[in-house]
Amino acid sequence: MNALLGVNDFTGLYIFMLAAVAGWVIIGNVPAILHTPLMSGSNFVHGIVVVGGLYALLNASTVLEQAIGFTAVLLGAGNAAGGYAVTVRMLAMFKSSDAKPIRKNKHHRTPAKHPKTA
Amino acid sequence: MFSIIAQIIIATTGFIAALLLMYGLKRMSSPATAASGIRVAGAGLLVAVIASFLYVFDVSAAAKPHLLVNIGLAVLALAIGGSIAWRVGKTVKMTAMPQMVAIYNGMGGGAAGAIAAVELYGSHTSSTTQLVMALLGALIGAISLSGSLIAWAKLQGVLKRPLHFAAQQLVNAAIALVLVATGALVVIAVAGGPALFLPLPGLISLFFGLALVLGILATLPIGGADMPVVISVYNACTGIAVGLEGYVLQNPALMIAGMVVGAAGTLLTMLMAKAMNRSIARVLFKAYGPPAKHKAGAPAGTEKPCAPADAGIFMRYAHSVIIVPGYGLAVSQGQQKLYDFVKLLIAAGVSVKFAIHPVAGRMPGQMDVLLAEAGVPYDMIFQLADINDQFAAADVALVIGANDVVNPAARTDKTSPVYGMPILNADQAKKCYVVKRGQGKGYAGIVNALFYAPHTEMVYGDASAVLTQMIEAVRGLGAAAA
Repeated sequence: MNALLGVNDFTGLYIFMLAAVAGWVIIGNVPAILHTPLMSGSNFVHGIVVVGGLYALLNASTVLEQAIGFTAVLLGAGNAAGGYAVTVRMLAMFKSSDAKPIRKNKHHRTPAKHPKTA
Repeated sequence: MFSIIAQIIIATTGFIAALLLMYGLKRMSSPATAASGIRVAGAGLLVAVIASFLYVFDVSAAAKPHLLVNIGLAVLALAIGGSIAWRVGKTVKMTAMPQMVAIYNGMGGGAAGAIAAVELYGSHTSSTTQLVMALLGALIGAISLSGSLIAWAKLQGVLKRPLHFAAQQLVNAAIALVLVATGALVVIAVAGGPALFLPLPGLISLFFGLALVLGILATLPIGGADMPVVISVYNACTGIAVGLEGYVLQNPALMIAGMVVGAAGTLLTMLMAKAMNRSIARVLFKAYGPPAKHKAGAPAGTEKPCAPADAGIFMRYAHSVIIVPGYGLAVSQGQQKLYDFVKLLIAAGVSVKFAIHPVAGRMPGQMDVLLAEAGVPYDMIFQLADINDQFAAADVALVIGANDVVNPAARTDKTSPVYGMPILNADQAKKCYVVKRGQGKGYAGIVNALFYAPHTEMVYGDASAVLTQMIEAVRGLGAAAA
């Protein structure tokens, strides 16, 4: 497709290998409380398949290709939009409750910042 | 000229998208940064989708006459698919999240399969490696699509029981063999050899059909309690399928995003399977044995009912209470009521902790999400390994809508399907209350000896309604004292 982006067999293998290691490392230390949002989040990430669907549809030259390409974009868009909506909703809840408990992970909001109130 | 500029922009945005998606995923793996992580990833994907329309400057000669129609179709598909999924995702109840993830995941798998179909039917693949990758991606994507739909049907309650039939594994293995053979025939036919048995399009259709059937048959026998693992497996599968199709389309952004999810999903699956003390192979291929083989019959003792008010007051005067929430709490949307009740207990000086089993609910971490939704602080929520030895010292274990994750049979009964799964030691508390909709078995369909234990009392009713009565009872005490 794109002359600038030619990926030959071995470059492809290297990309796959590095991406797999990256995925493994990124998820490695995730706490159990984030498993559901993370599954949903990674579900959104593979929604990038919609880009491939767009390529296939825009290059379609027969009715069959148009129909299948349309399906690809339809499903891919659903994957991306739905995955995003669900993940944002889940994570918004975490935001609302993190004021109290995980302060140790955040910047100090101690009275030191407001000496007058101390 | 336009073609070159378009190519540069597409290549650059793809690069940025891949970077942002990975960075977003990284931020999503910590509670403090998670909410911003999904926005980062979202921005990356949005940029890539918009830039994709620059493909119009670089389409093949054959597609040129159809370009306007194709653009219209693309916008239409984006609008329809995106808006429906968006609206459903925004409005669906939190309890229905697992099946929504299954559906969206299946859509991704279907999209990857459809891309493969375009490449295969149109003979666009330019090398044998690409062809094999397209077939592999088609296979995995199609299995992920049909398997996810079955997972959805099970979680949604459309399919109630695991379905077993004779020689199931043999049938699946036979289908897998025919799939491999069909794939080989496709490769031979495309390479210029004769199309054996069927013309090429027929072979490709057969390949897709078999893959879809395999996804259905492989998922049908898997029991409900294993569904979190199954969803996670299919999530990883879709990622890999997307990565493979990315190779076919020569698009590194797809390759990277897909394979990152493939690896992350695989790791997540292993963490989950480990928490259940079940190997992934056992979940996928042995599943739960047919329920009939499990020895029937109730354990010794009887289920002793208890009024919600009595249970609530008893806990008000306890020193320490550990709460084990399960899917029943989610179903009745009782998490807010539960936290209200807990606040009353804390105000009365009771030490309260939440104990979360790794597979409580229908997805790992689902209970954490629900409690977070109700505003429960993280430091009250403990995972299995951190809290399990504290049950013995606790006055009360309050089990709400959980069942299999507190079934003592997992420790002792080798014939039990849950044998070997780590459980929360709710039975070791001095007193155990189980809030349950009614008599009956859990999602996995197994008798729970805890319910019949001498120190266990059953509080029957919808979790939300029961908690309301508990709150009223404890408040009534306060009013009487005042």
